[in-house]
Amino acid sequence: MTGWENFKKGNWQNEIDVSNFIKLNYKPYDGDENFLESKTDKTDKIWNECKKLLKEEFKKHVLDIDVKQMSGIDVYKPGYICKEDDCIVGLQTDKPLKRIVNPYGGIRMVYNELKAYNYELDKDVDKYFNEYRKTHNQGVFDVYTDDIRKARHVGLLTGLPDAYGRGRIIGDYRRIALYGIDRLIEEKQKDLKNLKGIMTDELIRQREEVSEQIKALNKIKNMGLSYNIDMSKPAKNAKEAIQFTYFGYLAAVKENNGAAESLGRVDAFLDIYINRDIKNNKLTEKKAQELIDNFIIKLRLIRHLRTPEYDELFSGDPTWVTCSIAGMTKEKKHMVTKTSYRIIHTLTNLDTSPEPNMTILWSKHLPDNFKKYCAKMSIETDAIQYENDDLMRPIYGDDYAIACCVSAMRVGKDMQFFGARCNLAKSLLLALNGGIDETKREKVLDNIDKMNDEILDYSKVKKAYFKVLEDVAEIYSSAMNIIHYMHDKYAYESSQMALHDTQVHRYMAYGVAGLSVAADSLSAIKYAKVKPIREDGITVDFEIEGDFPKYGNDDDRVDDIAVEILDKISSELKKHQTYRNAETTMSVLTITSNIVYGEKTGSTPDGRKAKMPFAPGANPMHGRDSSGALSSLNSVAKLPYEKCCKDGISNTFSITPNTLGENLEIQKQNLVNLLDGYFSKNAHHLNVNVLNRQTLIDAMNNPEKYPLLTIRVSGYSVRFNRLTKKQQKEVIERTFHEKM
Amino acid sequence: MKRCRGSIDSVESMGLLDGPGIRNVVFLNGCKLRCKYCHNPEMWLKKDNNISVEELTQKIIRNKPYFTNGGGVTFSGGEPLLQSEFIIECCKILKKENINIALDTAGVGNGNYDEILKYVDLVLLDIKHTDEKEYKEITGKEMKEIENFIFSLNKSNKKVWIRQVIIPGINDNEKYIDKLINYLKHIKNIEKVTFLPFHRLGREKYIKLNIPYPYENKQDMDKEKCERLYELFLKRFFNN
Repeated sequence: MTGWENFKKGNWQNEIDVSNFIKLNYKPYDGDENFLESKTDKTDKIWNECKKLLKEEFKKHVLDIDVKQMSGIDVYKPGYICKEDDCIVGLQTDKPLKRIVNPYGGIRMVYNELKAYNYELDKDVDKYFNEYRKTHNQGVFDVYTDDIRKARHVGLLTGLPDAYGRGRIIGDYRRIALYGIDRLIEEKQKDLKNLKGIMTDELIRQREEVSEQIKALNKIKNMGLSYNIDMSKPAKNAKEAIQFTYFGYLAAVKENNGAAESLGRVDAFLDIYINRDIKNNKLTEKKAQELIDNFIIKLRLIRHLRTPEYDELFSGDPTWVTCSIAGMTKEKKHMVTKTSYRIIHTLTNLDTSPEPNMTILWSKHLPDNFKKYCAKMSIETDAIQYENDDLMRPIYGDDYAIACCVSAMRVGKDMQFFGARCNLAKSLLLALNGGIDETKREKVLDNIDKMNDEILDYSKVKKAYFKVLEDVAEIYSSAMNIIHYMHDKYAYESSQMALHDTQVHRYMAYGVAGLSVAADSLSAIKYAKVKPIREDGITVDFEIEGDFPKYGNDDDRVDDIAVEILDKISSELKKHQTYRNAETTMSVLTITSNIVYGEKTGSTPDGRKAKMPFAPGANPMHGRDSSGALSSLNSVAKLPYEKCCKDGISNTFSITPNTLGENLEIQKQNLVNLLDGYFSKNAHHLNVNVLNRQTLIDAMNNPEKYPLLTIRVSGYSVRFNRLTKKQQKEVIERTFHEKM
Repeated sequence: MKRCRGSIDSVESMGLLDGPGIRNVVFLNGCKLRCKYCHNPEMWLKKDNNISVEELTQKIIRNKPYFTNGGGVTFSGGEPLLQSEFIIECCKILKKENINIALDTAGVGNGNYDEILKYVDLVLLDIKHTDEKEYKEITGKEMKEIENFIFSLNKSNKKVWIRQVIIPGINDNEKYIDKLINYLKHIKNIEKVTFLPFHRLGREKYIKLNIPYPYENKQDMDKEKCERLYELFLKRFFNN
């Protein structure tokens, strides 16, 4: 086959098996970063053009919107950054940063989005979606029960993907480069033929979906042709491999607008092509870096149209183009390649940046040079997150990638039904208030007894709390089944699913928020004296007498409570039948929504006042982890990943540079030791920020001084100046590990 | 066997500046000195014992995975030498776990130095002043006890890191640097010397404790000047 010259032969030729191709052909790299090249003049020119546009976008918030077209793979005319833009091509619409209108998730959302920026929808589109075409959102609300509506209304369930795309699906975009689209279509046609038998709901649905996938593959080919690029056959060189992979991804973000549309794992894959070209003298290191730089530039320009309310939840225009890097094979061979370095090096060549969301699959067996390079880049850019490959590899094998922040999936073999999260702290208040919501004063749950005790009794509260969690799990699972049934029906991701095996494994990915608040609250009730202050029978505040152990200090008395809560909610969720028999899983992750969750939740027994933010993800509450960083990390490391939270446990960690060590060399080594230590305790994820609180305060007051300041929040990074004031304040309030 | 108990103020689970690698720093209560620049005045008095050997060592052993590349535990304070029995008991357990042990001290305890130094891998020795009169002025105590400690330290052959706080108007001059170099000649195995510029960040604690702040009139030490002195020190110290 043209394009496969010099590759080691294997099973990958007989069937779609990218992982087999990678493992047979990639070349691990043990050296350091000294081989890396700076950006070329051409890259510089293109990036400068982008910077101008980004600056303008920052001022206007949204640069432009295409209101004439509806989202689709091949509906937009080709677009370029500038005429030098011929390295890696392709934009979502005909102009950079011009956003797509995607009405399939919900037309109401589109109206709100356009109104926020003074745009108006094209009359025809408006007519189609009001008169002829039903959306996902309409489908969901036709079916939602009263219980679900109430739970949503009071903020017990928040952020559900019932009005926009669910995202979190990673197509195996590499397949286009390795096999070419014709072969992929052939395979899908074969699959379609074999989908036969009694025509049950599921089989009919599958047949329709595979037909849609084939159409999508043709559209991807079409889209490429509009740029004069033919993807019908395998990529012949590194440039084509990157271009085809990117086009696969681009098709996904033309068609879909899910919160997280992640890239997957491309470092070792692309490295094989680059290596081959370099060996054959067709490519230099400088040119190889140019290709990667321009690929990354394109990924940085991905945008989706959002409402201001959405921005409040997930601030700073995140797209979660999560790019998983390094890791190990099952045979304990590390997967660090020169291209792992080249991708991270874009943070140097093209300034630090929140996207793509650089995610290192960390193993204690990764080469020392690479570990230190990552640490250095973390210290310099605050743009990297780390996830424990030694924990995930035994579960997901060696060709998985992270979607969004912490959700691992085997590339092209697993997909997930994203489910946002339920509010664990509010659940506790419902248990104290007989099922009545403490802020809206509405009855949400029936059959919960009112608690009239002067002093809260731990075993009584716990019993009531666990009863509430059982009810929450039931409502939550119903909501999820409805949402994903309708999403498959009205907003199916045909381009992404075309790049999956036809027999795909599905996860039902639930989530929880407010874990540390719930755990500390129960600890306060157990170890101190907590007296509720009630108004009309509803608790509005609490008097706490005495001290109590707080989550984040490596104290089993409270850390065990946190584990027990997760265990309970997870096992309750697992009891319910899932749509398409998806495997139930759960994450402890809030992104920046911890602020909105907090706002919707009354005062809690741990002393947190009404409306105050929760801690993000699995983090201890701000300032309560007072025994230093290791104790804080150790508490989080106790949360059970494989048993309950296989969809990820997010922890964000901030330390001042001076505390990390007296010079860069020592700081690097200390950060490496910290990550090795944390992950050896079976922890899952760590966001690392190395910065001074003072810098953030200055950046809040003088944003123009810090246009590039990037920080990791919860599972993604963001330009600090794109956060709302409230979010900036919350980030500043977080625990900084520092020494005087 | 009845294990002894100790009095600690707190444990900082991640200290990265008190010895090599990532370290647990145990702050022990009690100190005979009253150094004017002390930033831990809350640890001057020995309070009731509040932790057992088991509790403390278990806490530390939990963090063993972070102690690669030379990390471990640092006993600091206060003055750790004042609770030598307690520390020795802790060290016996920690050494079985192969955990690196550092002692952050001003060298003024109640003896028993030979025994404690057996378990220690590194001594962070705080030099208050090289001159007897100035030493007393800064610490409120005579200088002779530190010499007893240095005698044991030299016998033990343990590695030493020297720490010297540089205070404006007191020792921020070339003459002192020469005195220091001369003084350090009688301490063996010095691996590293650090100059710490005096800062006023401890002042808040004095106010909270209702103790008059001794250096109310002193400014923070100029960091650049401190660095210049340090470079000068390095040049002369290693050329000797």
